[in-house]
Amino acid sequence: MSERATAQPTATERASGDVLAVESLSAWYGEARVLTDVSLAVQPGEVVTLVGRNGAGKTTLLRSIMGLHRHVEGTISWGGRELGKASPDARAKAGIGWVPDDRGIYASLSVAENLTLPPVVNKDAWTLEQVYEQFPVLHERRDFPGTKLSGGEQQMLAMARVLRMGSRLLLLDEPSEGLAPVIVQRIGEIIRQIKAQGVAVLLVEQNVKFASTVADRHYLLAQGRVVESLDNDAFQSRTTELLEYLGM
Amino acid sequence: MTAFIQYTLQGLSTGGFYALSALGLAVIFGVLGVVNFSHGACYMLGAVAATVLLDTLGLGFWAALPLVTLLMFVFGVLMERLLVRWLLKLDPLYNFLLTFGITLVLVDLVKRRYGVSSLPYQVPAGLEGRIDLGSLSLSRYQLFVSVFSVLVCLAVWMLLTKTRIGMIVRASTEDAERSRALGINVGRWVTPVFGFGIALAGLAGVLAAPFRAVNADMGSNFIIVLFAVVVIGGLGSILGAVVAGFLVGLVEAFGQAYADRFSQVLIFVLMALVVLIRPAGLFGKEEAA
Repeated sequence: MSERATAQPTATERASGDVLAVESLSAWYGEARVLTDVSLAVQPGEVVTLVGRNGAGKTTLLRSIMGLHRHVEGTISWGGRELGKASPDARAKAGIGWVPDDRGIYASLSVAENLTLPPVVNKDAWTLEQVYEQFPVLHERRDFPGTKLSGGEQQMLAMARVLRMGSRLLLLDEPSEGLAPVIVQRIGEIIRQIKAQGVAVLLVEQNVKFASTVADRHYLLAQGRVVESLDNDAFQSRTTELLEYLGM
Repeated sequence: MTAFIQYTLQGLSTGGFYALSALGLAVIFGVLGVVNFSHGACYMLGAVAATVLLDTLGLGFWAALPLVTLLMFVFGVLMERLLVRWLLKLDPLYNFLLTFGITLVLVDLVKRRYGVSSLPYQVPAGLEGRIDLGSLSLSRYQLFVSVFSVLVCLAVWMLLTKTRIGMIVRASTEDAERSRALGINVGRWVTPVFGFGIALAGLAGVLAAPFRAVNADMGSNFIIVLFAVVVIGGLGSILGAVVAGFLVGLVEAFGQAYADRFSQVLIFVLMALVVLIRPAGLFGKEEAA
């Protein structure tokens, strides 16, 4: 219905800033309620994390923002427009970039094809040259099947893919999971670089230490509710307590 | 050695029907998530259409080949637009049942109009008889079918690997939901892909008409073998569908030669072995735990 309406924000909306605002969002799987009354906001150039145990509803929240999880109530707006029933592809074209927890690399596409599959949705998107300059390994392996890359390289590819689209909001689902410390550090650098370009980042993370090195603010999610909202200083001073709370 | 080459050729020609049809089944399953049970009936319809074109309009094999393929594409488009589309949001089982129902209707409509006995269809002009190479004698038509279906599979392969449309179809075949989240309007490709898949089944039907018994029931055994092909190749794998199609054709041909009545059994033994060793099929992606 409103598939087209959300596709391209107007210039004024762009100028007013690409803000993600989630208000009183609830989500269900069948009868089971997995998110209850979640409200949060992410400003351009801001990195915000969702911290919580497995099953707290973090991934469902990202999927709801992307339009992949449809059984929701409440509102999600992006760049001043309510997304309503907009399809996932309309949301992607409006500048929301998804980096799923399994990285979502296509085995049947080469590295280069994985990069160029999505449409470019913004004028200031990274060019393929820029991507290859930032990630030389992707250039080296451009003709390899996407899934022949190592876990860390696949994570880079998944992030590079949405940067080449020119997404203005990145939904990153556990980018550090299962990766070596060096790679995690590199991912942190990339996130800071994205942030410097004014892109908004909503990061799902269980690695509290990593979260505190990249994020401005944090939301604690437990049993589908936001139980606390902290700035990074408060978050860092309570790391031990939070780790215990998360059972890690 | 002569026998070996002859069985190989026979296997490749039968395999050609399987590969073309399984290719159609694979892209439809990949992009729509629909297991099209009516694929065998569409193959049958392609063969029947070729005989009808000859009887009523005097159009021979060479005209039927492109014409029936096109007609089956239109038929597929209509089937998707009018029926399949409405059930896409429901459990995949509903479309499985719908296409099963379509199969029954198509088979009975053909029986009602053309009866149950096989309709004769001549081997096309220029492809009759055999080529003799010393002790080796090969059927011209089988040779043609083998080469032609390999070429069509190659052409489809080029379309899928060298074009942007192909890239989108491959990506959506692998994971349609993910493609949507990356800004691909998968819905736009649903109708043409369905039509394309049905057209390939129809094309296989025309190719089969000259040396298979053309009747309303010819699709019912075909679809069972076709499902075995898809399981062996790996559900949702395009390359798997083609390779397994030719593989099953070969197993069937050699089975008929050396194990006679067990040739059909052999196909399912092969399927069982593949599933035991690689549950996702030869080219299927293993599900992450």
